[in-house]
Amino acid sequence: MSENALEVEGLQKAFRVGAGNVVACNNVNFAIPPGGSMGLVGESGSGKSTIARMLVGLETPDAGTIHVRGRQLGTRERGRAARLRRAKEIQMVFQDPYGSLDRRLTVAQCLDQAMKLHGVTSGTSRASRVSGLLDQVGLLAKHGESKPHQLSGGQRQRVAIARCLAIEPSVMVLDEAVSALDVSVQAQILALLNEIRASSGIALLFVSHDLAVVSEVTDDVLVMYRGSVLEQGNTSQVLNHPEHSYTKLLLSSMPGPCWNPKAVMQRRAAFEAEVAT
Amino acid sequence: MSSLSTPTLASTPVIGRKKRDVAYLVSLGFLLLVVAAALLAPWVAPYAANAVDFTAIWQAPGAGHLLGTDQVGQDLFSRLIHGARESLLGPLALLALATVFGVTIGTVAAWNGGWIDVVLARITDVMFAFPGLLFVVLVIAVFGKGPATAIVALALAYAPVIAKFTRSLALAEMTRPYVDAYRVQGVGGAFLCVRYIIPNLTPPLLGYLVVLFGEGLMSLATLSFLGFGAQPPSSEWGLMVQEGQSGIIQGHIWPTLVPGAAIAAVVVAVNVVGVRLSDRLNSRFER
Ligand SMILES: Nc1ncnc2c1ncn2[C@@H]1O[C@H](COP(=O)(O)OP(=O)(O)OP(=O)(O)O)[C@@H](O)[C@H]1O
Ligand SMILES: [Mg+2]
Repeated sequence: MSENALEVEGLQKAFRVGAGNVVACNNVNFAIPPGGSMGLVGESGSGKSTIARMLVGLETPDAGTIHVRGRQLGTRERGRAARLRRAKEIQMVFQDPYGSLDRRLTVAQCLDQAMKLHGVTSGTSRASRVSGLLDQVGLLAKHGESKPHQLSGGQRQRVAIARCLAIEPSVMVLDEAVSALDVSVQAQILALLNEIRASSGIALLFVSHDLAVVSEVTDDVLVMYRGSVLEQGNTSQVLNHPEHSYTKLLLSSMPGPCWNPKAVMQRRAAFEAEVAT
Repeated sequence: MSSLSTPTLASTPVIGRKKRDVAYLVSLGFLLLVVAAALLAPWVAPYAANAVDFTAIWQAPGAGHLLGTDQVGQDLFSRLIHGARESLLGPLALLALATVFGVTIGTVAAWNGGWIDVVLARITDVMFAFPGLLFVVLVIAVFGKGPATAIVALALAYAPVIAKFTRSLALAEMTRPYVDAYRVQGVGGAFLCVRYIIPNLTPPLLGYLVVLFGEGLMSLATLSFLGFGAQPPSSEWGLMVQEGQSGIIQGHIWPTLVPGAAIAAVVVAVNVVGVRLSDRLNSRFER
């Protein structure tokens, strides 16, 4: 097996909803090389978060395998050592910058405890690492003493990224990590991510419904619809010359200068009719 | 109502805040005084708790006896101060016991779900349907009366109530993304609950426990009043009320009024301080 940072094969997940099943992830395959960046796009409910959560072990796949640097991840980690090993392989940044930080801890405590958990026993080396991390994600030293509620959304998301980096994973999953931020802050965070990728070689899986954002930070992209991958390939190739009609629909649905909600809904209806047949 | 002067931290109207500040400070001062008196009882009480003086029975408050005397001439002020120890430590012990069990069970039920949750739900249903005092009297009937049994029996009655409250708080807390973030970091379930989730529940939990402290103080006093809790020659406040009762019919209200008022005053003060404390903790780590 080639040493991809992340390799997903035949990933499958269905949720039981009422009497029926919702297939949130249907035979999904992809690979990200070390230091690579993959985008995962699709409309709401297409199964993007489900994939992200399966990767970090918050959901159990029904079938399929996940390899990080050639090592297969278990479906249910038993014991402290196995849990920590998995955490060291994949970390995640959540969509909600307000809720994903513990409101009781200062930024420095948050980072410190993550490193302590992962076996950095010396307090002084943790402290120096904390200031290094703050610097790396573009926060000031004084932010270390702040509680989450004293920070802006963009700053909190920087903290969440620093918390991932503290664990030094091979892969970082970002589930709508910039969606709650305004455009200029988005741009800063995206620049930060590109910088991290270049300097640390951490592979990124970037989940978003925003195609412009995805084109900013990813090499390859996966277009999902109702749990299935419809199109995948080089990001600029897919976004500039989409082959699948759903990708075209997504592209034409993007709000822009000549955006027309009515036309978008008509095209969407036409697409659903096409899928139904 | 918005003013253009320098913004203050809280948006509550200034006058309302001042009033609450006064209530809080007065209550806090009063409680500190009571606790200090209880701790220093042998030194600050003018008489021993059981100093009988048949030449001075049923005296009204006055110079010699600050709060009067009872039917055998014991100084009520001194008895109150000595009794404060048992009257305050009782509910504290009861709450500590009930909290350890209640918070543990409630958190486990919320985290694990499954049969623990079902059993907890059944127990609390039964507890709510069953008059609390009846349950406690039943326990006392089996294990014998006395302050220790009364405390344990009440703790058993309070634990499911605390468990249910904790469970609902913990369930809400566990849906917050930071809990997922900890799991992704590799934090194990037990550690996550003890180290991160429970501490995040403390502000609302504390507010609730303070209310329960007042209730516990009254319940223990009630049990003593009924003869199930503290036993003579203790001067626990509930017992004092009971012993003073015989004088009421003859118009001697002080032996019942003094301990009764002490119970009421402490309960009110504890509630005022508790609400404020809970607010403070809340604002300490929330927006
Ligand atoms: N725990 C769950 N139980 C039942 N159904 C679920 C659960 N989680 C997700 N689903 C369903 O799986 C499907 C995919 O959901 P998912 O959250 O992965 O979508 P998404 O692409 O992330 O959408 P969004 O862009 O809105 O975040 C949806 O139909 C959703 O209703
Ligand atoms: Mg999602």
